[in-house]
Amino acid sequence: MALLRVDNMTHYFEGLRAVHNYNLILEPGHIVGLIGPNGAGKTTIFNLISGIHTPTEGNIELDGHNLIGHQPHKIASMGLGRTFQNLLLWRHMTVLEHVKMACYSQLEYGVLDAFFGTRRCHREEKRITSKAMHLLETFNVAQFSSQLAVSLPYGAQRRLEMARAMATNPKVLLLDEPTAGMTPDELNRMITIIRKVHQDFDVTIFMIEHRLKFVMDLCERIQTLVFGEVIAEGTPDEIKNNPDVIEAYLGKEDVT
Amino acid sequence: MDLFLQNIVNALQWGSFYALIALGYSMVYSILMLFNFAHGDIFMVGAYIGFGVATALLGFVAMTGIPLPGWLILILTIIITMFITSFVGIFIERVGYRPLREAPRASAAITGLMIGIILETGNLAILGARRLSFPQLIESTTYQFGGVYVTNKKILIVGVSLTLMFLLHRFIQKSKWGMAMRAMSFDFEAVPLMGISINRIAPLTFAIGSALAAAAGILYGLAYPVLDPYMGILLGWKAFVAAILGGRGSILGAALAGFMLGFIEIFAAWIFPSTLRDVIAYSIILLILTFRPHGFFGKAHSTQLRL
Repeated sequence: MALLRVDNMTHYFEGLRAVHNYNLILEPGHIVGLIGPNGAGKTTIFNLISGIHTPTEGNIELDGHNLIGHQPHKIASMGLGRTFQNLLLWRHMTVLEHVKMACYSQLEYGVLDAFFGTRRCHREEKRITSKAMHLLETFNVAQFSSQLAVSLPYGAQRRLEMARAMATNPKVLLLDEPTAGMTPDELNRMITIIRKVHQDFDVTIFMIEHRLKFVMDLCERIQTLVFGEVIAEGTPDEIKNNPDVIEAYLGKEDVT
Repeated sequence: MDLFLQNIVNALQWGSFYALIALGYSMVYSILMLFNFAHGDIFMVGAYIGFGVATALLGFVAMTGIPLPGWLILILTIIITMFITSFVGIFIERVGYRPLREAPRASAAITGLMIGIILETGNLAILGARRLSFPQLIESTTYQFGGVYVTNKKILIVGVSLTLMFLLHRFIQKSKWGMAMRAMSFDFEAVPLMGISINRIAPLTFAIGSALAAAAGILYGLAYPVLDPYMGILLGWKAFVAAILGGRGSILGAALAGFMLGFIEIFAAWIFPSTLRDVIAYSIILLILTFRPHGFFGKAHSTQLRL
């Protein structure tokens, strides 16, 4: 059974059709990529799945539960984690706090415990801190744990955002351009980290990415989106040689 | 010299009220980017609820004959009043602000002003125009240190205020809700994706802010025991100035600026004729804001007041 399933999803922004008749079947354990030119509607699809927008038409199911009409925080707690293209970090909070924040719903103490600093509160905080540190190590950012997010190198900020998303224990992780703005060196490290996360956490990954090499390396299947419609879907090899994809990316090939 | 120290003591007491109220403005602003202009009136409502609770407790003592000491009644009054008033804050958030969360900020600001007017005139309609006098729960004693006179009430007011501020500080810095509030002040959008509902954090913030205003209302009633429905307006505006001076959304800044406002006012009245107090005090603050438009701890990146 598909872990994440989108059926015939269409979305309009005040008359402008952003996504048209979109379908997705994400099998457990897979890594699937979503590519397409700027403005094709890739991030809109992420926003629709994570509940920031509600689709005009269509159906979304996560692990058999319908997601339509649920608030983003509800969908997140049902097992959907995501990162953002433009890094939504909390600039003046520490790296450790970011990940602890993501463990919010796993912290079990009351408002009064917090005001008076009871033993229960300390115990819970300690438990979550050690869990958070473990995650930071996985993503190679543990050495920054007490620094403010804003002071980190760019690549480390991306890894932190991913660590934060993983702290919510997602079944499906949506990555919105995980390599945007990265140096080739950071890029290679990101490939290693995504592979590791995929294996260690047994998480299913759906990612938007511009760098074809990166997608080809990691993904089992790739969808190509142009003007809100999927024009091609298949294995990396099929996509690489698909004339429609080449046209969308490079313009029409002259037939000589 | 004695007079100088005496003024410091008075300024600490006066600043406590501003600081406690300013915290509420700042907390709400930091998460929702709006100033709750009804906050001064929540202070007034808190003082009236405190009056009701204290009267009820005194009546209980008179009826049952259980001899509760005054200080115990006072502590119970503060705790019960803070609890009740926090629901006033939750109600205002739910009815007044939540439906307007996506609306332009100007609408939300006007909503605050309207809620304020409703609270004032509603109070007037229910309780009438007569002023109430806050029951004196503890005997006033005066201690003398050198030439400085300190009443037990002043010590109590400053002590309770500082304790509440300390508890709030720890709550904001250490607890998961405090973390969520700080996170919301930096990026609103990413918070729900951690599984955190804004509709839980926002009411909690209003509740805490209102409870602090209620504490300020009771402490104010102890020092100046006359209650009237419009008592929250001027004090609320001045505390709002303190919240801006501290830096929009900064908790520490609001507390410090509240005390500073107390100092500036008291010392302006000491040095200059006291009728000129506010003219001089607020001219000084205007001057400070000219050079530090973001206040003491305001962050330049998030200071666009979205009106």
